[in-house]
Formats: sequence, structure tokens, C-alpha cells
Amino acid sequence: MSLLQVKDLAIHFGGVKAVDGVSFAVEPGEVFAIIGPNGAGKSTIFNLISRIYEPTRGTIHFDGKDITGLKAHDIARLGIARTFQNIELFDHSTVLANLLMGRHTHSTTNFVQNMLFMPKVRQAERAHRKRVEEVIAFLELEAYRKKMIAGLPYGVRKVVEIGRALAIGPKLILLDEPASGLSVEESQDVAFWIEDMRRDMGLTVLMVEHDMSLVTQVSDRVLAVANGRPLAMGTAHEVQADPQVQAAYLGTPGEEAA
Amino acid sequence: MRVVFKKSYDPDIDLHEHGWSRGKIVVLLGIMILLPFFVGEYYLAEAANTLIWALAGMGLMIAVGHTGQVSLGHAAFLAIGAYTDAALMNVGMPFWVALPAAGIVAGVFGAVIAIPAVRMSGIYLAIATLAVFVIVEELVILLEPITGGVGGIMAPTITFFGISFDRYGELENFYWLTLGIVALVTWGYANLMRSPTGRSFLAVRDSEVSARALGINVTRTKSLAFGLSSGVTGLAGALMGHYIGFFNYELFSIFISINLLLVVTIGGLGFIQGAFLGAILITGMPQVIAILRDNLNASTGIDIGSIPGLDTMLFSVILILFIIFEPTGLYGRWLKIRTWFEIFPLARRDMFRRQKSYLKTERMK
Ligand SMILES: Nc1ncnc2c1ncn2[C@@H]1O[C@H](COP(=O)(O)OP(=O)(O)OP(=O)(O)O)[C@@H](O)[C@H]1O
Ligand SMILES: [Mg+2]
Repeated sequence: MSLLQVKDLAIHFGGVKAVDGVSFAVEPGEVFAIIGPNGAGKSTIFNLISRIYEPTRGTIHFDGKDITGLKAHDIARLGIARTFQNIELFDHSTVLANLLMGRHTHSTTNFVQNMLFMPKVRQAERAHRKRVEEVIAFLELEAYRKKMIAGLPYGVRKVVEIGRALAIGPKLILLDEPASGLSVEESQDVAFWIEDMRRDMGLTVLMVEHDMSLVTQVSDRVLAVANGRPLAMGTAHEVQADPQVQAAYLGTPGEEAA
Repeated sequence: MRVVFKKSYDPDIDLHEHGWSRGKIVVLLGIMILLPFFVGEYYLAEAANTLIWALAGMGLMIAVGHTGQVSLGHAAFLAIGAYTDAALMNVGMPFWVALPAAGIVAGVFGAVIAIPAVRMSGIYLAIATLAVFVIVEELVILLEPITGGVGGIMAPTITFFGISFDRYGELENFYWLTLGIVALVTWGYANLMRSPTGRSFLAVRDSEVSARALGINVTRTKSLAFGLSSGVTGLAGALMGHYIGFFNYELFSIFISINLLLVVTIGGLGFIQGAFLGAILITGMPQVIAILRDNLNASTGIDIGSIPGLDTMLFSVILILFIIFEPTGLYGRWLKIRTWFEIFPLARRDMFRRQKSYLKTERMK
């Protein structure tokens, strides 16, 4: 059974058909990439899956469950984590605090117990910290643990955002352009991490990425979209060779007008 | 710079990472406890007043500083706290029942009105809280049998086990009681901020969309924060009622709301310490102005005593200066001074520039 199944998904903003009839299924343990020119609707697909946007039509199933009617804050608990294209970290907190915020769905104490900081709160904090330290070690963030996000370089912030998503302990991680704005070396790190996430953590990865070398390197299957509609699906090479995809990227007049 | 070598996660979970800062709090608390033996009645009363303002400031800090919800109506929660406490004590309830009740009534009221209000942000929320303030003010006048209406109400003397905590008769006792309550709330507040609840507050403040993606229910979190904020302010209101002794609705004017906002912004948004620094400034200012006024009058014969609202005007000017030059408030300034000393002589001129320009652009949004 597919882990994530999207059927005939569509959202229209006024006259703009940002996503218009997209269907795909992501299998457990797969790295699935969505590519497409700017404004194709890739991030919007992510926002629909994370329930930030209400679809005009279509359904989303995760783990066999229909999640189309859920609230945005119910998604993480099911095991779906995400990053944002324009980094959405908690800027006035430290890296450590940001990662700990990723543990929110695992906290079991209520605010009164927290206010009194009862022993079970401390125990839970230790457990959260242990889990977060694993993420820190995995992403090599040790040097930044106590640093404020606001002062960190762009590349580090991108990694922290991946870390915060991992701290949730998800089954599926959505990465929106994880390598954009990164140097070649940093992109290479991201590629290795994605492979490790799949292999060592048993994660399923759904990512949006413009960097075709990264896509080719890590993804099992690729979906190309343009103007909110699916163009082609297959391996990275197959999709890149597709004449419709090439036309969309080159922006042939016929495609643009649509 | 102090380097702490850690063998477990506990120092990071503890309230204080190292014994030094824990020691400082102990010393400070010790001085505060011994204060009645060093200062006279006038200054002890001022100290109690400052503590009450710090308590109210902590209340507002939860909303404004830690979850980013601006409220212009917090005087309403002071009023609810003061009236609940006084009314319950007037029908014979002991203080240890009336005070928590005052906090709970103000807190529940705050949490309930927050549910529709938290969907708003920025100026809309500020206006909504202002409306709440006006409604509460009207209610106080209408509910005359309980509140004494325009005439006012008396906050009875607090007694425990036959010991009086009267604000005039036994000022030391009243001061210690206030100090104890403030210390307890500060401890609870600091605990909250190192727990998942506090982290969810900060998450909602800094990015609602990611907070949601992490499974945080933004509406519930904001309403909890607003409820706690109102509750703590309600406790301060109850104490303020006892401090004043006899009061009517005029005690809780819109200027009180504004002054409270000044306490948290000048003190340092997002720092518990900021509420204390702000409270010291706001309660100390009238004294400083009075001294200046007398000197000015004596030396030049100009009398500025007749200008109404001079205090608030001066606070406002100070606030504007802070927003322009030190958006992180007094506490932020202190952190910079401390860092400068800690790494002396390595400080660079533009060391804090990045942070500052960052805050500036955000303010323009
Ligand atoms: N909230 C919104 N309101 C109106 N239009 C929107 C909204 N969100 C997205 N759009 C529109 O939907 C289209 C797709 O946007 P989206 O951000 O999904 O593109 P993308 O494929 O992620 O592009 P990029 O590669 O630049 O990130 C764009 O035309 C965009 O303007
Ligand atoms: Mg995008």
C-alpha cells in the first residue's frame, strides 16, 4: 500500500489554477521528487498535503487514512514532517530550542505540570533532548547548538529546518527545495543525508528540487508538473528526456499561454 | 566567558545553567527579604508597589513578549482580579481563597475572550482588547452591589492565622506576602518557559505556519497564553487593590494598560527579567520627576507640576527612544554590556549590528 496517495488534487486561487488535477502515490521507503518550472504549483502541493490550503477538489490519503479533512496541526502527529522553501524557523530561539519544538507532538505533560516542573516533566525533557541530540549528531550541528537562529548563515538554517522536521520522528518528510541557495558541498551533504534518512531511518522522502543533479542522484521516481498539471512521471532520466517537460522548461509559447 | 562542562543534559534543563547565576538569584532574593530592615516605610511601600507592577508586567509579558499578542486591555484584568478578590473577602472568604479565585476568574475570562480574538493579529487584536477593557469598565459600574459602582469598594485587611498583613498597619508583612507571591509566580513562569508549553508559545510567536506544521494548535496555544497572562495580571490586580486599600473603577484606567505595555517593551520583550526592570523604571519615574520638578521650581521658579499626564508623556518619549535605539529593551542592553565585559577587550564595534538591523527590518513589516 502506498504511504501517500494524492488523487486528482486541485486548488484554484480566484482564476489561478495553481494545482489542477495532480495524482501520484509515494511508496514506503521511496524518495520521490517533484520538479517543474517556477510557479508550477510544487510548493502549493506541499501546502495542500500539510493542510495549510483547502483543496478545491481531490483527496489525500496517508497510511490508508483520508487526511483531506484534517487540520494543519493534526498532520505532524500522523508522522508527516516538512520544511519550507523560505525557511520558517523560530528566529529568536536557539538551534536546540528549535529542534526541541519539533518534539511537540511527543509531549505528554500539561501546562500545570510544566509550571510546577514536576519530575515527570524533567524526565520527558531528558528524553526529548536525547532524541534531539541524535538529530544534532546526524546533521553535524554540534557547533551551533546554543546559537540563535537569527545570526546563523543561510546554509546552517536550512539544515536546522531539516533537523526540526526530523525531530518529529516522522514516517514521511516533505523537503521543499532543500538544496536551493546552498554551495555544491552543502548540496552534496544534503544528498547524503537524504540517502541516510531513507536507508538508516526508514523514512520516505517527498521533495521539491530544482537542482537536477541532486534529483538524479537521490530520487527513485520523479513527477514533473507545469502550470499546476502533471506532465510526466518516471525515473529522473525518463522525465528529463520527455519532450513535454523540456518544452515546459524552455517555455515554448504554447505551454506558457495555457 | 564562562564555560560549563556538562556530564548530563540536566544543567540545560535546570533553571540556571551554572551555580553562579543561581547564586545571584539567591543573593537578590535575600536582599529583597531583608529589605524591611534597611529602608523606611515610604521606600518599602514603593518596593511593594514595584513588585506588584512587576507581577502585572509578567502577566502581560506572557501575551506580548512570549506569544506576540499585543493587548491594550490588561487594565481590565487588573480590575477583574481586584474586584473578585475584594468582593470575595467582603463576603467573608479568606485571602488564600480569594487571591487564587481572582487569578482564575481573570484567567478564564481572558482565555474565553481570547478564543475569537486570537484569530486576529497586530492592531486588530489590540483594538479588540481595548473594547474588552471598555466593556469591563462599564460592567464594574453596572454591577454596583458587588463592585460598589462609582463609589468604590474596600479591600479588607488580609489575615492568616491571626497575623495581619495590613498594608498600612503591618507594611513589612504585606511586603513579604507580595514578595512571596511574586517569587512563586516568577518560578512558575520560568518553569513554563523551559517546558514544552513555553516552547509552543515562542513557536506561535515566531512562525505560526511552522508551529502548525509541528502539530501545535495555534488557537489553543494563544488562548492558553492569553488566559495565563490575564490570570497573572488578575493576581497583581488583587494585590494592587489591597495596596491601594479603597478603590473604584478609575484606578484601572487606559493609562494603566499603556504603562503596562511600556513596562514590558522598555524592560525587554521576551525576557522575564524585563518585567522587573520595566516595573522599576515605571514606578521609579514619578519619584525622579518629582525631584526634578522641585529642583526646577526652586532654581528657576518654573512650575511644571501643573502639567497633567507629564509622567505618561515622559514614559512615551522614553519608549520611542528605546524602540529606535534599543529594541531589545533594558534587559537587552544589559546583556550587551555584560557580554562586553565578559569578553573584554575583544569586543568589536559592530558586534551586535546584525541582530539589531534584523530587528529593525522586522519592525517595518
Ligand atoms: N496563497 C496563494 N494565493 C494566490 N496564489 C497563490 C497562492 N499560493 C500560490 N499561488 C500561486 O500558485 C502558483 C504556484 O505557486 P507555487 O509556490 O506552488 O510554485 P512553485 O512550483 O513552488 O514555484 P517555485 O519553484 O518558484 O517555488 C503561482 O502562480 C502562485 O502565484
Ligand atoms: Mg516553491
